[in-house]
Amino acid sequence: MFKEWWNSLSESLIAAGALVRFLFRLLINSPRAFLRMDLIVQQTYNSGALSLVIIMLSGLFVGMVLGLQGYQLLQRFGSEEALGTAAAIGLVKELGPVVTALLFAGRAGTALTSELGLMKATDQLSAMEMMAVDPIRRVVVPRFLGGVIAMPLLAAIFSMVGLYGAQLVGVQIMGVDSGSFWSQMRASVGIVDISEGIVKSCVFGIACSAIAVYQGYYAAPTAEGVGRATTSTVVTSAVVVLFLDYLITAAFL
Amino acid sequence: MQKSRTLNLGTGLFVLLGFAALFFLTTQTTSRGISFGNAPHFDVTARFDNIGDLKVGAPVSISGVAVGRVNKIEYDSKVYKAVVSLRLDAKYNQIPSDSDASIFTQGLLGGKFVGLSPGGAETFLKDKDQIDQTQSAIVLENLIGQFVANFAKGSPNASSVDSTTAHTPHVMEKTK
Repeated sequence: MFKEWWNSLSESLIAAGALVRFLFRLLINSPRAFLRMDLIVQQTYNSGALSLVIIMLSGLFVGMVLGLQGYQLLQRFGSEEALGTAAAIGLVKELGPVVTALLFAGRAGTALTSELGLMKATDQLSAMEMMAVDPIRRVVVPRFLGGVIAMPLLAAIFSMVGLYGAQLVGVQIMGVDSGSFWSQMRASVGIVDISEGIVKSCVFGIACSAIAVYQGYYAAPTAEGVGRATTSTVVTSAVVVLFLDYLITAAFL
Repeated sequence: MQKSRTLNLGTGLFVLLGFAALFFLTTQTTSRGISFGNAPHFDVTARFDNIGDLKVGAPVSISGVAVGRVNKIEYDSKVYKAVVSLRLDAKYNQIPSDSDASIFTQGLLGGKFVGLSPGGAETFLKDKDQIDQTQSAIVLENLIGQFVANFAKGSPNASSVDSTTAHTPHVMEKTK
C-alpha cells in the first residue's frame, strides 16, 4: 500500500521534472525557430485563429453572467455603478486569463497532443530523425511558439468581448448609467491590473503549450496512448493553470 | 501558394484583433483613456468649494435624467475653488441660467454625480456659461465632526442632531 503511494508520488515527480527539462529544451530551440517564420504563422493560425469563435462566444457569455451576478450583488448595496469596475477587474485579472487558458487547453492543447501523438504512433517523428531532421526543431517548437503567441492575444480578446457582454447586460438591460459604468472603471482600473492579466496569460500560454506538446511527444505510440495523452493534457493543464494563477496573484499583491 | 496566402491573412487578422483588444483594454478601461467621437454638446462651468471624489465622466442629471457628463475638473488657485466643466447634450439647451448645481452621491458606495435643479430665469444656459449657485459634496467626515461638536455642546437631544444633519449640506453658497 505504502509502496504504491510512494511509487505514484515518485512517478509524478519524475513527470514534473521531465516536463520542466522538456520546457528548457523547447526554449533553447526557440530563437532559431524564428528563421522558419512560416511554420510559426501556420501554428499560430491553428492554435489562435481557429480558437477565436469559442473564445469570443465564451467571453460574451461569461461577461453577461458577470453583468447579471454583479448587478444583483451590487444592487443590495445600492452601488450598481461599481459594476464596470467589478466586471473589468474580474475579467482582466482573473476570468480572462484563466478561462481562456482552460478553453485553450481544451481546444488547441488537445489538438496539438493528438497530432503529435499520432505522428509518433505512425513513426513520422522517427522518419524525420532518419533524415537528420530534428523533430523537436521542425515540428514541436513551432507548435509550442504558436500557442505561446496565441494565448495572450486570445485572453485579451476574451476580456474585451466579456466587457462588452457585461456592458450589454448591465447598461442596456439592467439600466446602469453608462457614464458611471465607464468612468468608475477608468478611475479604479490601473495599468498594473492590465499587466497582471497580460503576465498571467503569457505564463499560462507557455504552460499550456509546453504541456500539450510534451504529452504528445512522449505519448505511448498506440491508439490508447494517444487518447490517454490527450486526456492528461487537459487535466494537467487545468491543475497547473489554477496553481500558477494563485502564485501570480499572490506575487502581484 | 494560394492556401498559404489565406493562412497568412487569417493569422494576420487574428494577431491584429488580439492587439486591438490589448489596446482597447489599456486605453479604454484605465485612466489613460482616449475618447472617440462626440455628440453635439455645449460646455458650462461650475465652481465648488469641495467636489469630494467627483470624477471626470460622472453623469450630470436634472430630475434624475442624465443630460451630460463631467468633462474636466481643475483647481482655480485665485478663488480657491474647484472648477468643474460640465458637457451638456445640445438638445437640453433650455436650462434656466440661474439653475443651481449640487454634488450628490449615487447610493451608499456609489460615485458622485452633479445634479442640476432648474431656476426661474427667462434666459437659458449657453456654451461657456457659468453656474453661480453651487453646493459642494457632502463630506461625511465634516458631518460627523459637526455632529460630535454639537453633541459635546451639551444638547444631545434628537431635534438638535436632526437640525445639524438636515441643514448643514443645504446651505447655498453664492460664488464670488
